[in-house]
This record gives sequence, C-alpha cells and structure tokens, in this order.
Amino acid sequence: MKLTLHIWRQKDANDKGILETHIADDVSEDMSFLEMLDVLNEDLILQDKEPVTFDHDCREGICGTCSLTINGRPHGHEKATTTCQLHMRKFTDGEEIFIEPFRAKAFPVIKDLVVDRSPFERIMQAGGFISIHTGAAQDANALPISKINAELAMDAAACIGCGACVAACPNGAAMLFVSAKVSQFALLPQGQPERQKRALAMVNKMDAEGFGACTNHYECEASCPKEVSVRFIAKLNREFLGASLFEH
Amino acid sequence: MRLESGIPSGPLKDKWDKHRFEMKLINPANKRKYSIIVVGTGLAGGAAAASFAELGYNVKAFTYNDSPRRAHSISAQGGINSAKNYQNDGDSIWRLFYDTIKGGDFRSREANVYRLAQVSTNIIDQCVAQGVPFARDYGGLLANRSFGGAQVARTFYARGQTGQQLLLGAYSALSRMIGAGKVEMHNRKEMMDIVLIDGVARGIVTRDLTNGKIESFEADAICLATGGYGNVFFLSTNAQACNVTAAFRAYKKGALFANPCYTQIHPTCIPVSGDHQSKLTLMSESLRNDGRIWVPMKKGDNRPPNQIPENERDYFLERKYPSFGNLSPRDISSRSAQEVCDEGRGVSVTGYGVYLDFEDAIGRLGKETIEERYGNLFEMYERITGDDPYSTPMQIYPASHYTMGGLWVDYNLMSTIPGLHVLGEANFSDHGANRLGASALMQGLADGYFVIPYTIANYLAQGKLDKAGTDHPEFKKAEQEVKEKINKFLSINGKRTPTSFHRELGQLVWDNVGMGRNEAGLRKMLEKIPAIREEFWDNLKVTGRSEDMNMVIEKAGRVADFLEFAEIMAWDALEREESCGAHFREEHQTEDGEALRDDEKFSHVAAWEYKGVGNKPLRHREELEFENVKLAVRSYK
Ligand SMILES: Cc1cc2nc3c(=O)[nH]c(=O)nc-3n(C[C@H](O)[C@H](O)[C@H](O)COP(=O)(O)OP(=O)(O)OC[C@H]3O[C@@H](n4cnc5c(N)ncnc54)[C@H](O)[C@@H]3O)c2cc1C
Ligand code: FES
Repeated sequence: MKLTLHIWRQKDANDKGILETHIADDVSEDMSFLEMLDVLNEDLILQDKEPVTFDHDCREGICGTCSLTINGRPHGHEKATTTCQLHMRKFTDGEEIFIEPFRAKAFPVIKDLVVDRSPFERIMQAGGFISIHTGAAQDANALPISKINAELAMDAAACIGCGACVAACPNGAAMLFVSAKVSQFALLPQGQPERQKRALAMVNKMDAEGFGACTNHYECEASCPKEVSVRFIAKLNREFLGASLFEH
Repeated sequence: MRLESGIPSGPLKDKWDKHRFEMKLINPANKRKYSIIVVGTGLAGGAAAASFAELGYNVKAFTYNDSPRRAHSISAQGGINSAKNYQNDGDSIWRLFYDTIKGGDFRSREANVYRLAQVSTNIIDQCVAQGVPFARDYGGLLANRSFGGAQVARTFYARGQTGQQLLLGAYSALSRMIGAGKVEMHNRKEMMDIVLIDGVARGIVTRDLTNGKIESFEADAICLATGGYGNVFFLSTNAQACNVTAAFRAYKKGALFANPCYTQIHPTCIPVSGDHQSKLTLMSESLRNDGRIWVPMKKGDNRPPNQIPENERDYFLERKYPSFGNLSPRDISSRSAQEVCDEGRGVSVTGYGVYLDFEDAIGRLGKETIEERYGNLFEMYERITGDDPYSTPMQIYPASHYTMGGLWVDYNLMSTIPGLHVLGEANFSDHGANRLGASALMQGLADGYFVIPYTIANYLAQGKLDKAGTDHPEFKKAEQEVKEKINKFLSINGKRTPTSFHRELGQLVWDNVGMGRNEAGLRKMLEKIPAIREEFWDNLKVTGRSEDMNMVIEKAGRVADFLEFAEIMAWDALEREESCGAHFREEHQTEDGEALRDDEKFSHVAAWEYKGVGNKPLRHREELEFENVKLAVRSYK
C-alpha cells in the first residue's frame, strides 16, 4: 500500500506545531500502525531528519502508553482497539491519514505526538486507593464478594489510563477515567470505609487539574479501547452527590 | 571472591522466621532519617517503594515510563500462583516449593524458593485488600485455575489481565504514598549509571527523557527492580522499552551477573509476519488446554490446513509426550516446535510456525464454550493476523519471553555491591533454569512486599553512612561519563540506526543462545559480537539533540549495553556444559533428545564478574545444596 501521512510535528510545549506530510510507500497490511511509523522513522533517521516522536511500550493494548489521534479520532476508528493494536489492513491503498497527538487542554504536548498525562497521576494520588498498608490484610477469602459485583468492578478496573476519553470529549472531561476508579472501589466491600472521601477527593482534584465538565456526549465510551461504560459516570455522579450531601 | 548466600541455618521451614527474628531492626522514629532509591516501578519496584514509604523511609522512585501505572508487568495475562489451597486439591507450601524447584530443573536455592512459597499466601491477601478484582465463583470466594501444567489449581487471575490488575494495586498503594509526600516519584527518568563511593552503592545518575537533563540522586540504599533482558533477542514478548541497562551498569560497577544464559522461550506467540516486525505477541498458554498443536507430516506441504487430512498431520507433542501432550512444559514445547520447523515442516509465511487447532475442541464443546473460554484471545489474534481462529487454526511459534538469569543476590536480595539490592525479574533468585507459569508475578510481589522491607532494615541498621552529597567527585565523574557517551552517539554520524544494530544482534542471539545451543554456534557468536560492536561505535546514526526528548538517543544507549551483555550470555551458555531447564546444549541430550543434566559438575549458580569490554568475564560459582529434595530427572513423557 501507498499512504499519504499528515503528521503533527511540534518541537516542544512552546512550539506552535504544524502538520508535515510524508509518503509511506511500501506499507504491508500485516504491519501495526506503530510499525508503519517505525519504518518511516528508520527512513527519516537515515535522511538525517528527526524521527516522529510518539509514546508506546507494550504494543499489546494493555499499558495505555500509545496515544495517537488518527483521522480525528483517539486511537483511530476501529472499535475497542488501541493505536498499537490497529493494523494497516484496516486502511486502503492511496489513503490519506492524519496523525495528531491526543488533544486536550489538560494534556499539553511534550513533543510531536507525545503528551503529558500527569494530571491523571495527581487524581490517583488524591484518592485512587484503598488505605491498607503492606501486611495488614486479613485472609483473602474472609470477605466473600458476589460474583456480579466482582465482575462489575473488573469492568471498571479494565481502564488502561490512556486518556482517549479525555481527548475524545468535546469538553476535555476526565469523567470516564475517574468514574472507573471510583466505581471499582465503591463496588467492593474493601472500598467502603473511604468511599465518600475518595469520590470527593478525586472529583475535586479532577476539577482543579483543568478537565472540562461532562455534558453527556458519550464520545468517551465510543473511543475507549477497553469499552469502559458511561454507566460508571452515572454511578460517579451518584457517589459524588451522596458524598457531598454527607459532607454538608 | 566467595559468594556468601547468607542462607540461615536450621530446618527449611523455620529459616525465614528465624532470620526475621535475627535481623536488625530500625526504630520507627528513625526510619525517616534513611532514604532509599528504587529504580523501576513494575510489580517488584512498585510494591517495594510503597511498602518502604509505609514503614516511614524516604523513598525516591524512578521509571522511564510516563507513570508507575505502566511497566512491563502490566502485560502479564495468565495469573499468579499462591499456595492457598482454597480448592482443597492437595496444594501446600511444600508442594509449591517442590514444583518450583523441580520446574527450575534443580538449579535454584531451596531456602529462597521455600520462602517464596511461604509468602505467596500473603500476597493474595494483600492484593484483595487493595481492591484487586480477582475472579470469583458464585459463592463469592476466589476462583483458581491450573496453569502451565500444574497438577493443582493454585493460580489466581483477573480475566486475562492479571498483571494489569496487580500492577494497578501496587500503583494505587504507591500513589497513596506519593500523595502523602513519602515517595518522590520521578517519571520519564532513566537510570544511566550507578554511583559507588568506597565500594558502597550510594546513588544513581539519571537522564530526564523529556529534556535530556542529567542528574544525580543519593540515598542510603538502592533497589533495582528494572525487569528482565528478554529484548536482547530484539523480538520478544516484552514491552518495547525493556532493556538491560540498569542491571548491566551495576554489573560493570562490580555486581556479579548470575546465570545469564537461562532465558525462557514461550511456545505460544504469534509468528513473525515480515521485516517490519517490532515485537511478538504472546497468546495465553491457557489455549493449550483445548488447542491441538500440529504440523504437516510432509515437508513443504503448503496446502491450506483444512485440506490436510488427519492421517497426514503430525500432532508432535501428543506423539512425543503422550501423558502431557499439548500441555508439556514451555521449554519442551518450544524446542519441539523448532525441531519440526527446522525439518522444513513449519507453516506460516516464514516457515517458522506451527498450527494450534481448535477444531476438535469446538466439535467436542461447541463454539459457545470455546468463545466463553478464549473469546478475547481469539479476537486479539484476529486483530493482529486477520485470520479467524474459529474457522482456521491459529499459527504460533516460540518467542523470547522471560529471563531467569539476573544480578546475583544473597538471601537478603543484596548484590555483591553493598547497599545495592535487586528485586523481581532483574535478579536471578528463585526460578533456577526455568520459570513456571504464573510464578514471576508471585516472585516480584514477594520480593517487593514481603522480603525487601525486612531485609533492607538489616542493611541500613549496620550504621548510618555520612552524607556524600551529589557534588562528590564520584557523582560528577559518572555524570560526565554519561554525557560523553551521549555526545559520542551524536557525533559518529554514520549510516546505520540503533534499531538496525539491535535487529542484527537479536538475530545472532536467537540463532545461537535461543532454544538450542552448541559450542560451535556459541564460539561463532563470540567472534561476531565484537565486530558488530565496533561497527556500532563507528557507523551509528543518531539524530537530534541531547537536550530534547530524543527516542534515538534512548535506543542507542540501550543497544550499546545489549551489545556488551550478549557476550556474557554466550560465555555462560558455553561454559555450562549440560542441559538444564531452558538451557539446552545440543551436545548434552539423551538418546531420545531430552535434556541431560550434569549434577556432579553443574549443580551451581554461575556468577560472572566484569573484566573490561570484550574481555572474558570471570566465572564464580555458588554451590547449590539440596538438603530437602532429591534431585530427579524431569520427565514429562
Ligand atoms: C506477555 C507476558 C505475559 C506474562 N504473563 C505472566 C503471567 O501470566 N504470570 C506471571 O507470573 N508472569 C508473567 N509474565 C512475566 C512477568 O510479567 C514479569 O516477569 C514481571 O512482571 C516482571 O516484573 P518486574 O517488576 O520485575 O519488572 P517490570 O515490570 O519489567 O518493571 C521494570 C521497571 O523498571 C523500570 N526501568 C527499567 N530500567 C530502568 C532504567 N534504566 N531507569 C529507570 N527505570 C527503569 C521500568 O520503567 C519499569 O517500571 C509475563 C510476561 C510477558 C512478557
Ligand atoms: S503501547 Fe501499550 S497500549 Fe498501546
């Protein structure tokens, strides 16, 4: 396949950035999207040009590091697929592809296609945990948990923290991410003692980090590579409301 | 040098208890006066950093990833072992201990493995308390499966994402401590070197991957939890950034490297599809519970699989190992697949692939059951290859997966450099010559949550070191060397990319220190590596500047270390003149092609000491003593 790639290039956070066009001549349909960029980068290096910088690690769709906006959509148009798992057989010969970083106010670009997702870290530090210190746990089977709740908690816990939800949201909201963590713990007995405190702390931090508000576009769910459901957002709203009432 | 493993005396069952009692403690009020550097925040490092901080130490933690929520550990699919015996099927600490020793082909320390089995039960308690959503049965209790050929169901799992859930558990504990100001977390910072003052580990030099800044950090003790070196093969199931640099820097500063030739090749990975290949994807081993592995009987038979009649198929594992069949251990299954492909009977575009066929299972159990069991995996397979495993067999081939070798550590997880501790896959400690499925997660978390928090106190309590300050000449010297190396990369201005050297080296390592090893191949490899290394330093092309985020510099640094490291793998494989576990020396096999151990000569750990670039390292031995198990021949026939 021959493809025309329009790739976002930006030296650093202060640079304005532009789309740069490259032709990828010899693309095999068995390549992953990132392998296609690898091949381009090897060529660029040999031409003494700087390769396109992008984030990636596991290339198995689980670490949440890769983060490209492909033809306007975080991780591209394939359902339930991260960029690293997207393969070139989903594109057609002669196609033009636009490759940009995840775009969100809270995620400034570091370079080219790499963004800074550290606001997620600070939200987690504010309350994304159960306070148990190493060694203090009781026997694991002392606390039966209904299969239904365990499975639901796992659905929420499947979030890979990639940030596609934020990039997909017209408001740049982080509700899907936060709701997944809050719901996972709210569904489990271990999470009860800090349930309200956690919801308040995480939501407040989220607001402070400059994420937008949720106005029910559901773009987050549509772009989530792990298909985390917006029902968790409804749950977060209830958790937050309950906690706020309790607080006052 | 005498290698003192420091294994406590007394009966096996009491060693760890006794040791915990005998070790020195640090008074709770004094812990805050000590600082600890943890490099790596995968399962082992994340667990350790969080646990240290909870105890009151000051922790500085480092990862090259953009968050400690990401590390190679996150990819682990299958599960984690623990001797809980919740299934009442005869498991026990002793059985897990024995299985691990036997699985490692009697090349690991009894005392370490026993301790691992003991603390394995605490790990599950800890993770459940953190909110890790393990699979459960309808009564609400934890579910288990049997994994990797184990005869009991002792594996805990969270769908196909066990590593992810365990890592997120450790990450949330770590996040709590970062939020509390007890851990200073450094994301996107790569350790470039380790700094010794008067022979004691005192700090590290790092490069900030966002802006190239070189910095030094000092502490009273250092832990490396930097993972394995499987990417020396270029193609592996490891995450792209996995590398040997941290461990190798420590080796060059005097830490011994143990058993580097023990590398595990996983039998069920998606085969190579072309030159663009950047990694190989693991398909969970659980597929072998229902899939049947075969190749055509005839050489070069390129009919589509469904047109090859039953009597022209060779189900080679079932044929050679009737009792374990498709569930034979990883090393045996991998080697057998290579054999049939070398005979010219392989499938896939490269001829290096075998079929994993679900037709019978679908016939027997129905498509629905198969979908229930493996739906996610089938989807993933189809996404990558474009083939639908419900209608055509999968193609699989072995790939580099895990490294049992690592920095030598004593019972306290301390390397031969005082103050430098090594945890998780980065050390060599518990798996001998072969690791069992679902035991790496267990070991990483055991080291991080339940071993190092005790043993580090024993080291620290030996006396507070005077603050050296990062202006100390040793820090400045290390910083200078790092800068010079990067400048060198940028100045060569040759014609080959770092990746092209990595690829070349990887192929050489795969061909000679892969599934089968022999003297001629190993010697040839030892001849070739210096030439590749020379060309690297002569003809490398690195673009951009050192003050920016620069992937090419990162890659060059990692490849430079692999180019030296591969030599010690070859030396180790050459001098271990026996076959054991994953190390198969073709000269040492039984008449029917099984591994032939030589307990008389090789019942020891080989630990290598650095003697300069290109020079043969010095081989030290730690004799393994078996007081509780009888050395037996591993048989899966
Ligand atoms: C595909 C796959 C599936 C697996 N499935 C299973 C399974 O089902 N069960 C099981 O038990 N095991 C499994 N394993 C093995 C297991 O996942 C690993 O052995 C284990 O997670 C390693 O953990 P770790 O903490 O030692 O290292 P890692 O998770 O590799 O973490 C290394 C850390 O060190 C950091 N680091 C490294 N070098 C530097 C440096 N120079 N500077 C700064 N930071 C650095 C990294 O950023 C990272 O944080 C699997 C492995 C693979 C590849
Ligand atoms: S690189 Fe890990 S999810 Fe894409």
